[in-house]
Amino acid sequence: MSAAPDLGKLNWTTTRLDAALGWARKFSIFQYPFVTACCGMEYMATATSHYDMDRFGAGFPRFSPRQADVLFVVGTISHKLAPVLKRIFDQMAEPKWVVAFGVCTCTGGFYDNYATVMGIDTIIPVDVYIPGCPPRPENVLDGLMKLQDKIAKGATAVLPTDISARPAELQAPHRPEAHL
Amino acid sequence: MSVELVPLLQTRFPKEVLVSHHYQGQATAILKREGLLALARFLRDDPSTSCDMLMDVTCVDYLKFGKSQGSSPTLATPSPLPYYMQPKSMTERWERLVSSEDFRFEVVYHLYSTTHHHRLRLKVPLTLADPVVDSLTDVWASANWFEREVWDMFGVQFTGHPNLKRLLMYEEFKGHPLRKDYPVHKRQPLIGPVN
Repeated sequence: MSAAPDLGKLNWTTTRLDAALGWARKFSIFQYPFVTACCGMEYMATATSHYDMDRFGAGFPRFSPRQADVLFVVGTISHKLAPVLKRIFDQMAEPKWVVAFGVCTCTGGFYDNYATVMGIDTIIPVDVYIPGCPPRPENVLDGLMKLQDKIAKGATAVLPTDISARPAELQAPHRPEAHL
Repeated sequence: MSVELVPLLQTRFPKEVLVSHHYQGQATAILKREGLLALARFLRDDPSTSCDMLMDVTCVDYLKFGKSQGSSPTLATPSPLPYYMQPKSMTERWERLVSSEDFRFEVVYHLYSTTHHHRLRLKVPLTLADPVVDSLTDVWASANWFEREVWDMFGVQFTGHPNLKRLLMYEEFKGHPLRKDYPVHKRQPLIGPVN
């Protein structure tokens, strides 16, 4: 007999399906480590055996944006490199996430000069900020787990944020003399 | 030893070397820019000097040299700075052996000899109106990127350079950021907001 589909049960099924999909996605991260500077050392330290990103499923970096789903921006981004970063981000397919690794990518770090991008969220949308100069591997894994929560919920990369959408501790003051 | 390079240069090139010294054991010669290329070839090729390695090319902007404060503090107008930051008399500071009014820039070359293990510093003073000097890429290949950096940061041109483009900044960047009159807080991002 053909019973009408029970919509209550169907919702439960789809939420379980979403949860399973989220679980699967969060433990199969293919990151693109866009490493430019000193934070790369801490990225490598986190990836190798002592702290081990592979147990979170992030053990296989993909050095092509077409094959990656998470963009780890590691290290200072200069104005000369910024269009390249935007292009790499644009080449990634949905769903994609961005991790700003290190305080240079979060807010510009201790640099405040003619050459450094004051935070990559001025160019591309960022999902997780991992501050630190460089961040301890424990911090990196904490950020990775926050990213995993975001992936599991199914929240993909947010729309381009402006600086006011940063977390409170990473806000930067407006400086009128920069427009000279 | 480095110390012998200075008298050797003065005897071989008396007209091109303006002044020289060896302060703290470091030999330095200040040259006219016309003599730079000949002197560089001599230093590389002559077996007694054989400076086969160009360690660094950089530039100094002397626009604000010795002018950080208006005048020395007096009892009537004491300096607002703490004692260790108060302006000091000329004898207590670095001396400049050519006049800052005439020559704003000084391109500095550091040479090293891997056979004799001596070092030499060459300085070429340049004016703002004509900041041009010969390129040393034919003599030492490492001069290529060093000179591109000096062009990018200071605006000093090198004649005969095969590819004098900006190195550290992007091509459309306006101005030369390490000059003393480049505004410190100015930002020119290529993409993204200014502030």
